[in-house]
Amino acid sequence: MTKCLILSIEEWAEGKNKENILVENIHLKVGEFTCIEPIALINTFNVAVKGSWLDSSKIIIERIPLEGKCFKCKKLYFPNKENAYKSPCCNVNLEEITKGRELKISSIDFQEKKFILG
Amino acid sequence: MHLSLSDKIELNILHHNSHQAELNKIRFNDLKLICLNIMSSPGAGKTKFLEKTLEDLIINFRVAVLEGDMTTNLDAMRLEKLRIPIVPITTGRACHLDANMVSGGLKILETKINPELLDILLVENVGNLVCPAEFEIGEHFKIVLLSITEGEDKPLKYPIMFREADLVLITKIDLLPYLNFDIQELKSNILSTNSKTEIIEISSISKTGFDLWENWIMDKIKAFKA
Repeated sequence: MTKCLILSIEEWAEGKNKENILVENIHLKVGEFTCIEPIALINTFNVAVKGSWLDSSKIIIERIPLEGKCFKCKKLYFPNKENAYKSPCCNVNLEEITKGRELKISSIDFQEKKFILG
Repeated sequence: MHLSLSDKIELNILHHNSHQAELNKIRFNDLKLICLNIMSSPGAGKTKFLEKTLEDLIINFRVAVLEGDMTTNLDAMRLEKLRIPIVPITTGRACHLDANMVSGGLKILETKINPELLDILLVENVGNLVCPAEFEIGEHFKIVLLSITEGEDKPLKYPIMFREADLVLITKIDLLPYLNFDIQELKSNILSTNSKTEIIEISSISKTGFDLWENWIMDKIKAFKA
């Protein structure tokens, strides 16, 4: 997953001169219903980018809670393991997931050196 | 001087993998080769299940296997006696196969056999109930094995894997008389995160349930080839 993240940042940087940019913060949206453990992703990222152009960058994760829509009454609810992900309103199985599967880079904060001529 | 900027990009972290998975699927479709991604935790019985399944499948179908393992070729060696094309994929530190690895495996497979001659590609993923669920490989179906020795609660603890499954095979069912295990509770837990999945109970020792499993696969092949 860390490799995929770095590849995505490299892709974003294509066309930019890496020597002239300093990536400060990489903002991620990570759903609770994904295989990502935020601390593990941050730690492996920090190790993977050591000594590279991303060395000083920081990962900031916004955790998105799992949200489902009750199949019967269409109410939104927060499924949880303790209740076997069933809807509390009608006690039906988790069908539609409305939030919590996100795995994306939402934005990147960076500094760009600008040379003023004249 | 430095300018502080922020780019809003909303980029899916797995988009590289998803793109390669789409390319793999196009390739499989062109070859009329159905690809099944077989996943489970370590020790759920994937390799034994494959040995027994292949013994039957190779009577009527031409099958190849991509065998994912973190550090060894032991599983691939077990299957070699069946004299079918097998490509071991050693993932190193990665705890799952990804679409690039499968693409590479397919290229190696093409040096062993013309893939147009094949009907089925079975991909045995690395034993892990977490990460393989997130990484598409271009498969047509995801099959998850769960043994009854692992406990009824596993679908609740690892819900993403079961959410993604097209078929769940409950394995080692021959051990049921010796365990205090509630199979109905397990099925209910599987369905709680994925009510659309199919469930078959099997034993690779007694071959209980293999008729149902093999009918499932034949139906999928028929529909795929039609």
